[in-house]
Amino acid sequence: MSTRHPALGRLIDRSAPLEFTFNGARLRGFAGDTLASALLANGQMLLGRSYKYHRPRGPVAAGPEEPNALVGLGTGAGFEPNQRATTTELFAGLTASSQNHWPSLEFDIGAVNQALTAFFPAGFYYKTFMFPRAAWEKLFEPVIRRAAGLGRPPRQSDPDDYEHFHIHVDVLVVGGGVSGLTAALAAGSTGARVLLIEQTAHWGGRAPVDDAEIDGQPAEGWISAALKELAQMENVTLRTRMMGAGVYDHGYALAYERLTDHAPDMPGPRHRLWRIRAGRIINAAGAIERPLPFAGNDIPGVMLAGAVRDYLLNWGVSIGDRTVIVTNNDDAYRTAIALHDAGLIVPAIIDARTDADSPLIAAARERGIRVERGRAIARVDGGKRVRGVTLCLHAGEGAPLGHIPCDAVAMSGGWSPVVHLWSHCGGKLRWDAEQALFRPDPARPPLGADGSGFVISAGTANGHLDTASALDDAFDAGRRAALELGHKDKGKGGKAPTAAPEEHAPVQPVWMMPQGAGAHLQEKAFLDYQNDVKVSDVRLAAQEGYESVEHTKRYTTLGMASDQGKLSNINGLAVLADSLGREIPQVGTTTFRPPWQPISFGAIAGMNRGPLFQPLRKTPIHDWLAENGAHWEPVGGWRRPYCLRRAGESVEQAVTREILNTRRNVGLLDASTLGKIIVKGRDAARFMDMLYTNMMSTLKVGRCRYGLMCNENGFLFDDGVVVRLSDDTFLCHTTSGGADHVHAWMEEWLQTEWWDWQVFVANVTEQFGQIAVVGPNARKLLADMGTDLDLSAEALPFMGWAEGNIAGIPARIYRISFSGELSFEVAMPASRALEFWRAALEAGKSHGVQPYGTEALHVMRAEKGFIMVGDETDGTVIPQDLNLGWAVSRKKPDFLGKRGMERPHMQSDDRKQLVGLLTENPDDVLPTGAHAVEGGRRENGMENMIGHVTSSYFSPTLGHSIAMALIRGGNRRMGDTLTFPLEGGRVIRARVVEPVFYDKEGERQNV
Amino acid sequence: MLILHCPYCGIHADETELAPGGEAHIRRAGPGSDDTEFENYMFARKNPKGVHFERWRHVHGCGKWFHAARATDTLEVFGTYPAQTTEPPEEILAHIRKRRPDWKGFQG
Amino acid sequence: MKRYSAFAIAREALRHHTGWQRAWRSPAPKPRYDVIIIGAGGHGLATAYYLGRNHGIRNVAVLEKGWLGGGNTGRNTTIIRSNYLQDESAAIYEKARSLYETLSQDLNYNIMFSPRGVMMLAQTEHEVRGYRRTAHANRLQGVETRFISPAEVREIAPIIAIDGPRYPVLGALWQPRGGTARHDAVAWGYARACSDMGMDIIQQCEVTAIRQERGRVTGVETTRGTIGCDKLGIIVAGHSGQLAEMAGFRLPIESVALQALVSEPIKPVLDTVVMANTVHGYISQSDKGELVIGGGADGFNNYTQRGSFHHIEETVRALVETFPIISRLKMLRQWGGIVDMTGDRSPIIGRTPLENCFINCGWGTGGFKAIPGSGWAMAATMARGEPDDLAAPFGMERFREGRFIDESVAAGVAH
Repeated sequence: MSTRHPALGRLIDRSAPLEFTFNGARLRGFAGDTLASALLANGQMLLGRSYKYHRPRGPVAAGPEEPNALVGLGTGAGFEPNQRATTTELFAGLTASSQNHWPSLEFDIGAVNQALTAFFPAGFYYKTFMFPRAAWEKLFEPVIRRAAGLGRPPRQSDPDDYEHFHIHVDVLVVGGGVSGLTAALAAGSTGARVLLIEQTAHWGGRAPVDDAEIDGQPAEGWISAALKELAQMENVTLRTRMMGAGVYDHGYALAYERLTDHAPDMPGPRHRLWRIRAGRIINAAGAIERPLPFAGNDIPGVMLAGAVRDYLLNWGVSIGDRTVIVTNNDDAYRTAIALHDAGLIVPAIIDARTDADSPLIAAARERGIRVERGRAIARVDGGKRVRGVTLCLHAGEGAPLGHIPCDAVAMSGGWSPVVHLWSHCGGKLRWDAEQALFRPDPARPPLGADGSGFVISAGTANGHLDTASALDDAFDAGRRAALELGHKDKGKGGKAPTAAPEEHAPVQPVWMMPQGAGAHLQEKAFLDYQNDVKVSDVRLAAQEGYESVEHTKRYTTLGMASDQGKLSNINGLAVLADSLGREIPQVGTTTFRPPWQPISFGAIAGMNRGPLFQPLRKTPIHDWLAENGAHWEPVGGWRRPYCLRRAGESVEQAVTREILNTRRNVGLLDASTLGKIIVKGRDAARFMDMLYTNMMSTLKVGRCRYGLMCNENGFLFDDGVVVRLSDDTFLCHTTSGGADHVHAWMEEWLQTEWWDWQVFVANVTEQFGQIAVVGPNARKLLADMGTDLDLSAEALPFMGWAEGNIAGIPARIYRISFSGELSFEVAMPASRALEFWRAALEAGKSHGVQPYGTEALHVMRAEKGFIMVGDETDGTVIPQDLNLGWAVSRKKPDFLGKRGMERPHMQSDDRKQLVGLLTENPDDVLPTGAHAVEGGRRENGMENMIGHVTSSYFSPTLGHSIAMALIRGGNRRMGDTLTFPLEGGRVIRARVVEPVFYDKEGERQNV
Repeated sequence: MLILHCPYCGIHADETELAPGGEAHIRRAGPGSDDTEFENYMFARKNPKGVHFERWRHVHGCGKWFHAARATDTLEVFGTYPAQTTEPPEEILAHIRKRRPDWKGFQG
Repeated sequence: MKRYSAFAIAREALRHHTGWQRAWRSPAPKPRYDVIIIGAGGHGLATAYYLGRNHGIRNVAVLEKGWLGGGNTGRNTTIIRSNYLQDESAAIYEKARSLYETLSQDLNYNIMFSPRGVMMLAQTEHEVRGYRRTAHANRLQGVETRFISPAEVREIAPIIAIDGPRYPVLGALWQPRGGTARHDAVAWGYARACSDMGMDIIQQCEVTAIRQERGRVTGVETTRGTIGCDKLGIIVAGHSGQLAEMAGFRLPIESVALQALVSEPIKPVLDTVVMANTVHGYISQSDKGELVIGGGADGFNNYTQRGSFHHIEETVRALVETFPIISRLKMLRQWGGIVDMTGDRSPIIGRTPLENCFINCGWGTGGFKAIPGSGWAMAATMARGEPDDLAAPFGMERFREGRFIDESVAAGVAH
């Protein structure tokens, strides 16, 4: 039974008890506890169930590498699944629940899978569930999917806030252990800007629990002195509860700060994602202990030796009364000694090594601890808790040599440097056979923008497992980082801290215990605790030809669980190498990918949520429209009113009313979203001729011209009215969604192709409001607003423009029409657009003025047969397809798209061409996008499609439906009747006509 | 997450300020070019695994287009230079040759 | 080949699974083959498989410089759909999708095709128009899709924030028989079946040169020696440009990074595949419980298999907005692949300027879903020496003619 030790616990405050609940039970811990230590202190070893076999699981580690102790945290909107109990700081009122079991943690029906283990080896699902075929879809897959996952998903929106920070530093040091502190001191003393981050709430890492002495004093004293010194350096920033999540190209690093996870009532954002640019990144993230693969190594109570020591010394938790130590290296002896000195029983140290000797081993023996050399654990006895271990020869096959009753097992398979941050951006590793670990290969670091290495590994993370050499290495790393960036040694702190050199007996690699274990033991020796991958699974993968380490990982799911194989990867690939008869470095590792530990999606999204997620663009009239019944439609970054509904009106009724009123009286349209780009300069006309398919250089000052823009493929991408403001100045109107793109397009050509032309372009879309006054009464309305302009047809003819004042507002007025009616588009400073709008409504009262929206605009333009970019075009349409060949100059030697249009496929007369359609039944409205078919089927079984409807409406003006369509060889089909098969077997037939339905002669606009 | 030096405004710009624009130094083929020339202009790309000359725009900055010489296999940047040129400047070519002695050289 | 079945598993369970054979042999290269395929990814292996199965060509080697299935086949978000607008695309992707339906049985390897449905959200009027048009086209093409209402979207995927606020869901293009499959298993299943037909899959064998005589391919030089062949297929997504250069021609391709990520595993919460193109993100939940998330491709040439984090931010931001409950979940792992983007974002299948050398590349961000159809068409093309009906529209010459197969017409972004 795990319990609280009466005295120890350097991180807990026994004067500050905290209450929390686990699975509904009220428990007590102390400030400074992690959820895991508090649960263990309460005797709660069983914390969850594994993924595949639903085996009982307790914590095996004490840090972020923990694969088992995952819980659901919080309730309601604050609920969060899969939280690691080992990295969750305890707070008053914490609510946690265990995962992946039904009906309860203690009694889990899913555990029946355990009995079927033999039938569920690696990859079994690739070999079965195939017959009968329907059963996969109807039976097997649904069952598999229901069983998927660990924690249950949140059900509500997240009430918390998140934010991003940006910081530029010279040196980022990741890891606040003694190596990180040393590196930060070394770099900081040169004056370099240093950011030192530590993922836990505590500085110093493992040094205090390793009983290290630095510069002649116990580690804890040295750590506080180092912190004091760092705090005095203005160029050094220190952060705890912040982990280095990922390293990316060119010195970019992500760090994840957990601000309120430990204190949910604290105001402010919950997580903060730091986007860091660092000249050098020092990876001082330490090392992770490896489990030993032996049968039953997953039974709750079997734990990493280092973790057992952590729980005892940091949090005052004893994992058991009788703890057997099993190891292949010296470090576990520290745990034995710590347990013994705390008054707990260590029945035996089982050491796989036959002849190891060192001061640590001697110290254990001196305490009278039984040391069994050359021995191994044949199996652990127990179900939901360890009851004992069976001893055997390590070199043998597992014949029992005796039984040792115990309630905990502390294992150590050696230590692996944390190389993630070194590897994320391409840093390579080398195998250190002597220490049996992968370590960063300093000759092959991740390369930065200038081609030099920008990550430096330091201390334990660099493969220096003893304190003395780790400190030396870390000091060098910090100093080197700063010097490489051009900082100078200032003589301060010019010496690495010293620690007494340690004498260790060498580690002996153990990848299966005992060495000759047969299949029955391999089937119970776990590598990946969460995904239930055993030694036998990796061997099976190798046997079946899944020889690459990536194959084995994917076939067995080794290392793919939510701990990403922090404990299992090295053991797994070593077993694979052994199975294949290869050396470990030949097998290699799988790729390390960010993040080091999972980070919340909330933090990644940051503050870009709700109204700040792609903020809306608003015209000067936006708020007025919102208050007056606007039914919005997203257009580019804008919202435009589809129509303006009156009380009791449907959308359709509103659109019809707006159209009829505009055609009969006068309508107002907020056209401010139209793109407006000024093109100015000596070569402006020449440039305009290249940009548009039409001839623009001949446009006279005072006149407007409709123009088309094509890309180099000849495809039409934007259209609009061009206004010649002066000899060297043009105003280009673009589509609402296209302004930014057209502006960028112009800049690109001017800067990269015709850079010697003297032309400047400016996007003035938002500087102007633009309001269309449209309808037979438009002229009267404007006159009634009061103006110094002569608006008569003679003074301001169709496609002319003038400047003056209307209602006292400076305005530019264009006689252009997208509706076929008498129409004036008026541009004014954006700041005065609303004033103009209100004045127009006021003056228009007696003329029947009504505002209208985009749908009325669309219907009216379709009645006139005007194309709409995005409806009649789709990025594959050339102007000729739309009968707009008249706007493509034949005189100009060159313009963008000209050469593209000359290619064979563009010249074909079998292209889709724009036609009008009248349905046989005038009340039938063809659905937009409906396809016409010619009858029969193609060889591949498809119907013979010949084109599709691009725009289709019921025209209130004409009293029947109208449509436009792009039809293969459409111009040849005038008068033909086309067939449009619709959903549900319905068919609409329509006659091909010219696509201008209303006022073909253009008399209404030209008055 | 690249950083490129903008030769106009002098800033070491973060990738989030920049917009990529594909291969640089492609000669425009307009009217009068044959089908192959036009196809090459529009579509054929060197796409090397190695030294690449490419266009960028400092779009959320000074707005200027510039060119970069960059390795597509390591993301090392050999240099940036203004877009108003038909070939890379000699000092950048020299730097590339120094960093990559096996490099076959700039081919327009 | 010993067949896989529940009975086989039961039999093996009694002897600790010691009797399972290798899924594929690991042979040394022979001096020559009738056909060499470069690239043992899904497309390459599928091509080899259909060469054998449909055309009786079995003296085939598939050369792989790394490990089979180790490229984009093992790095994608496993989405399978065929709701394409253009007839040419719909034909080949629907061929692929229909082959996926029975692929587990055909290969005797459970590739876990899961027709859980794919919906593409329409969040602007423009998308509504595009997807309605696609639905009309699909019906006549024989592809089962329809445009569904926001209420139906909510019913199929209750965790979607239908009402926006920024981009309310206006409907969706719904393909009920689209879905996902286990990506690695597709490569492994084809590899096992090819090996069983006597074909040689040779891993750790990098092609260093392509041999030719009088404009005709004669073989390849590799890190494991020279190997002769009558016909050569280059099927190496992410490295097509390098191989084309060896063969002496240039491709209308640029290689860029495409990224994906997964969340920690959670209990089932999303029973379909959702793509939201306006905000650039797509999402599904794997059989293990992870949310599998993808977004748009990076914009610059890149062979590092590492993308830029701001694209991940963009995608996650969009999905948090669309699926608010995921905010408190966590990203477990992110990764990147290299995708070959062509001038019109559609693939290239067909002959090359080098006689008897064929290429299949340029699948961009959408290759996985096409694997069986692509292999089927490529095999036919290589066997006959000229493109079959499925492949014919995808020849390289289309760029010269200006005859594009542009799917962005409907969707706006990548596949």
